[in-house]
Amino acid sequence: MSTPLLAVERLEKHFRTGRADLSGRKRGLLRAVDGVSFTLERGESLGLVGESGCGKSTTARTIIGLQKATAGSVRFDGVELTSLSRRGWQPYRRRMQMIFQDPYASLDPRQTVGSILTEPLTIHRVGKPRDRRLRALSLLDAVGLDPRHLFRYPHEFSGGQRQRIGIARALALEPELLLCDEPVSALDVSIQAQIVNLLKELQERFGLAYLFISHDLSIVRHLCPRVAVMYLGRIVESGPRASLYADPGHPYTQALLSAVPVPDPAREAERRRQVLGGDVPHPSAPPPGCAFHPRCPRLALEPPGAGATACRSEPPPLAERGADRRWSCHLV
Amino acid sequence: MSLLTVRDLVVRFDTHHGPVHAVDGVSFDLNEGETLGIVGESGSGKSVTSLAVLGLVPRPPGVIGTGSSIRFRGRELLGLETSELRRIRGAEISMIFQDPMTSLNPLLTVGRQLTEVLEVHRGTSRREARERSARGLGDVGIPGPEAALDSYPHELSGGMRQRVMIAMALLLEPAILFADEPTTALDVTIQAQILELMRDMQRRHGMSIVFITHDLGVVAGTTDRMLVLYAGRVAESASTRALFAQPAHPYTRGLLASVPTLNGDPDAPLSSIPGSPPLGGGGGEACAFAPRCPLVQARCRNEQPPLVAGRAEHVAACFEADFTEAAR
Repeated sequence: MSTPLLAVERLEKHFRTGRADLSGRKRGLLRAVDGVSFTLERGESLGLVGESGCGKSTTARTIIGLQKATAGSVRFDGVELTSLSRRGWQPYRRRMQMIFQDPYASLDPRQTVGSILTEPLTIHRVGKPRDRRLRALSLLDAVGLDPRHLFRYPHEFSGGQRQRIGIARALALEPELLLCDEPVSALDVSIQAQIVNLLKELQERFGLAYLFISHDLSIVRHLCPRVAVMYLGRIVESGPRASLYADPGHPYTQALLSAVPVPDPAREAERRRQVLGGDVPHPSAPPPGCAFHPRCPRLALEPPGAGATACRSEPPPLAERGADRRWSCHLV
Repeated sequence: MSLLTVRDLVVRFDTHHGPVHAVDGVSFDLNEGETLGIVGESGSGKSVTSLAVLGLVPRPPGVIGTGSSIRFRGRELLGLETSELRRIRGAEISMIFQDPMTSLNPLLTVGRQLTEVLEVHRGTSRREARERSARGLGDVGIPGPEAALDSYPHELSGGMRQRVMIAMALLLEPAILFADEPTTALDVTIQAQILELMRDMQRRHGMSIVFITHDLGVVAGTTDRMLVLYAGRVAESASTRALFAQPAHPYTRGLLASVPTLNGDPDAPLSSIPGSPPLGGGGGEACAFAPRCPLVQARCRNEQPPLVAGRAEHVAACFEADFTEAAR
């Protein structure tokens, strides 16, 4: 079997919280990412879905080295990244890039588009200045912008155009993997579709692999043949798009899918919504046992017994359920 | 009977870069007990429309058109004294916003912010105000309402803060509730809770709701009638069912088609509208959608299309408006 492009194994990222000296509160431990494992093949896309605080962004930031992993392993093309030094990282930075949510905050307002696009090439000493400018032009063309835009500043562009610039910058070094953190959630509906289509087109053209992070299940469905759902720092379900959306196994995935509003009044009127009670618990104080158990509709229907006891005391493993499906639930 | 009548609302902002026509001739009615959705993308004028009704447009730089009229129960609101307007705002027409963190005062307890509403508007005693506030919090599903009264906004989650906002907005039993993107900052499962709560509150209190949002999924399940705004003008208006089933305006059609759904072919490219919405609002001589429109004609570039009526109160501002079912 060939080496996957990205193999993440039991990745953990914990943060210390609170200040013992000032507030008198005890130092706490926030387990933002708590044992996440998945693999990503070349040219593949995996959707990482979850609500705020589930650890999906921290997972991406830890993979790309913006934060140091607490434990676990991240192998890129067979090479362990978590133990690399700053210099050792350099060749791998070229091969994986990130696209951010906010196209307004992720571009330097004082740089022209041309300088934004050539900067990664300069840092990595790719080509001569002339080659870099030509490369910037071809990048603009690839993301559907005009060559004249090279001399403009970010504030002269709309949100959708800015996101195109962010994508062009990420593509400058011809990476193999793009980590996309909510790249369309700040955009208007009519623009979202443009960017989703562009990401699909670029993936085919350049053979890119995507780790696509989003809270929006409908967007993920359009971009990712494989999906993983996170809750409180862990993957609670993963599988191929078609079967996961049609027949979700974990009660949280079921609730998440049922909570998505459907843009069709007739179907909205007749469909039964399953509204989850309560809030997502804070990751610094996760419930014992299965982290989802206080909100779980399946547990609420379960008669007292061995299964129900396990939910409150034992975290369920992410078990194989056949056909490439996995989910972590004691109650089937 | 129409509770709120807005006619030819024009709101202009005079900026360094020249005037911005945020709202450019919007008219609509809101009936008793009805939920109206105002839908649009950024810069469509949907939020400014609601701010204008509440008398919250800062002037200057804002200027309200001289021909504009906003009548509540037949009484003209434009030109009212601030003190008069204050009596209506909060008591008769109230509002909840997208971000409950910035609309609650971080320095005051939740209880103080709620009781203040009753004391100022109704002259209720502190003790009674506290009792009624606790009941209000209980009604919106906040567990332990007594304890919640003594907490500060930062101690509550986003969903709980939005519940507090709703409780506060409903405290005086207003006739109209304006909800401006009330669930946009919330997670999907919490959004589902809040939408359910709003439906429930409407059943119990029978108020009218104006739902302002960019999310077509949210309006589909919550509203009776819809107004689609583009560049400060009404592009289309109809019952929610008619608008989704037979969109007549090319912008509405494009918007509906570009929403990714949980059914449909995931591998087909999403249909999208080229270009972006104009930043400077409306105000021109041409149809503001013309640069992005697949059906654009020569006259669209020189002439504003008027609202034309299809059937059953379905109107669209387009020379090429098509009210037949096959149009979608």
